Amino acid sequence: MSIEAREARQPWILLSPTLTVIALLLIIPVLFIVVYSFWLRTSVGDVQPGFHLDNWTATLTDRFYRDILLTTLRIAAVTTLICALMGYPAAYFIARAKGNKALLLLLLMLPFWISYIIRTMSWIYILGSNGALNTALQWFGITAEPIQMLYNETTVILGLVHFLLPFMVLNVYVSLDGVDETLEDAAGSLGATKWQSFLQVTLPLSLPGLAAGGLLCFVLGAGTYITPAVLGGPRDAMFANLVYEAIIIQLNWPLGAALSLLLLAVLGVLVMIYNHFLGLGQLMKGLG
Amino acid sequence: MSAVTLTNIEKKFGSFTAVEPMSLDIPEGAFVTLLGPSGCGKTTTLRMIAGLLDPTGGEITIKGRRVNDLPIHKRNLGIVFQNYALFPHKTIADNVGFGLRYRDVSKDDAARRVREALELVQLPDVGDRYPAALSGGQQQRIALARAIVIEPDVLLLDEPLSALDANLRENMRVELKKIQHRIGVTSIFVTHDQAEALAMSDRIVVMSDGRVEQVGPPEEVYNAPASEFVANFLGASNILHGQCRARENGTVAIEAPVFGTVPVPAEKAPNVPGPGPAKLVLRAEKLELVAQGGAEDGRIANDAVVETVDYQGQAVRYFVRAGDTQLQAINMIDTHPFAEGDRVTVQFRPRDCAALPGT
Repeated sequence: MSIEAREARQPWILLSPTLTVIALLLIIPVLFIVVYSFWLRTSVGDVQPGFHLDNWTATLTDRFYRDILLTTLRIAAVTTLICALMGYPAAYFIARAKGNKALLLLLLMLPFWISYIIRTMSWIYILGSNGALNTALQWFGITAEPIQMLYNETTVILGLVHFLLPFMVLNVYVSLDGVDETLEDAAGSLGATKWQSFLQVTLPLSLPGLAAGGLLCFVLGAGTYITPAVLGGPRDAMFANLVYEAIIIQLNWPLGAALSLLLLAVLGVLVMIYNHFLGLGQLMKGLG
Repeated sequence: MSAVTLTNIEKKFGSFTAVEPMSLDIPEGAFVTLLGPSGCGKTTTLRMIAGLLDPTGGEITIKGRRVNDLPIHKRNLGIVFQNYALFPHKTIADNVGFGLRYRDVSKDDAARRVREALELVQLPDVGDRYPAALSGGQQQRIALARAIVIEPDVLLLDEPLSALDANLRENMRVELKKIQHRIGVTSIFVTHDQAEALAMSDRIVVMSDGRVEQVGPPEEVYNAPASEFVANFLGASNILHGQCRARENGTVAIEAPVFGTVPVPAEKAPNVPGPGPAKLVLRAEKLELVAQGGAEDGRIANDAVVETVDYQGQAVRYFVRAGDTQLQAINMIDTHPFAEGDRVTVQFRPRDCAALPGT
């Protein structure tokens, strides 16, 4: 075999374990789900193979599903916006820090050492009826009875921000770290104030990172089911909770399959729009 | 009137002194170079003038106005950075016109001035392009255009040529000087390259370890170095430790190893007051190798053996040994250089020497 042919084969040999795992555990199961979505759950409870459009008709026409999809997208959007507003200054601070950046980044990663579920549940001990905040309020005599703070859309968004903020900070940080500080000096020397330099130079150059962080926050936020399950009330279900409900509670796999494919399609379109304008390479930079 | 006056400015970072108190007066329209090796404080000094660093002490005035507490965006300075610092997301025209946005300039006026600046740097047709589409040399010109289009009180240049390759650097050097001369802007240039400093400056400020070693026109700094550091930093010099025997009749007699007594012109030994320890400064370019016994009249000479030959084309650098002293000589040649091991005579004119007080 020629050297060129061997070199051309080498990446494929190295990639083959990963490709095998992805094919077996991701692509084939997704294909199964596609097939499932056209099957039908009969009234007696068993699943009837075939080509039925009933699940898709229900998924795409039922106002109930549509409303929850819109709520899900709204919650994800609000969460992303809050993450951007809170994360940008933090990322700016780390990127421009004179001292130990590695330590600051380590502190940022620290929450990932604790399970996401436990981090989410920790809010119950802060906001619950017997939680830290209510105990403090009663102890100071500000309220007599505990205030109901948990189990609403606000706490869902709070939990999501808690979960997703580091992703935003990391992405913006990577972008800002690549912006040459001399550019701000140059803008200053030409007569721009610090704020004008930021708006004219630093902010536009860090937009790719902001967009990458925004995409990650939005996709992860829209796909979550743990946060609304733990911190949301009965009326705060998000779309992934519907999938959970259909598959685990109702054992209606065909309907669950159609619902999850709809969410996948909506988020997939968003990723494609992002890729068209900014390219997924930026996202990889933030993750790496 | 002075364009820039530094009065005892100094900069400390904690206990480390980056710039010891220095004073400097820069006349209107002058081209002044801060020259020194990295870490000598030249860039720190420039950044203090720019307003990017606060001096620990002293006073900076620009056109008679104290600027210590004036933020950078109010100082009306043009700065050309080493890495050009062009805004990558803006077109060339927007880059050059950036400073005009913050000045009271109408749109038409701004467009005209951007066009003129681009013509001045001989890149009239690149306005619509982005910086990444230009070569390093072109980006450098755009950075210059952006700095001068705002008609700054002072132009600050922080090693602007060091990122260019050798040939381009020499061309840009000539062109930069020409443009500066044409618009007459007071310029402060920072470099570690002695050739740039000598070629471009009206005045050179040689710095080392945060101290000013010497201030003067290029010829003076080159021909009459005020310290051993200056003698070695601008070109290569042989420093021979000897004794001053007398200072009289416009000459200073230095008794040096190898060559005996050398009468140095008094103006090139301003700091040697009279008899005592002294150092003879003999520039490598002024020490000439000739065939053995071929010393010319009026030269001081001695025999030597060629030890190393460093051939550079039009010039050659020799290391020769005379007695137990090694000397360096840089000679222009038009035929073959001497070979290693050749026995030669080294000669120089006493008036080409300088002297420093010695220990």
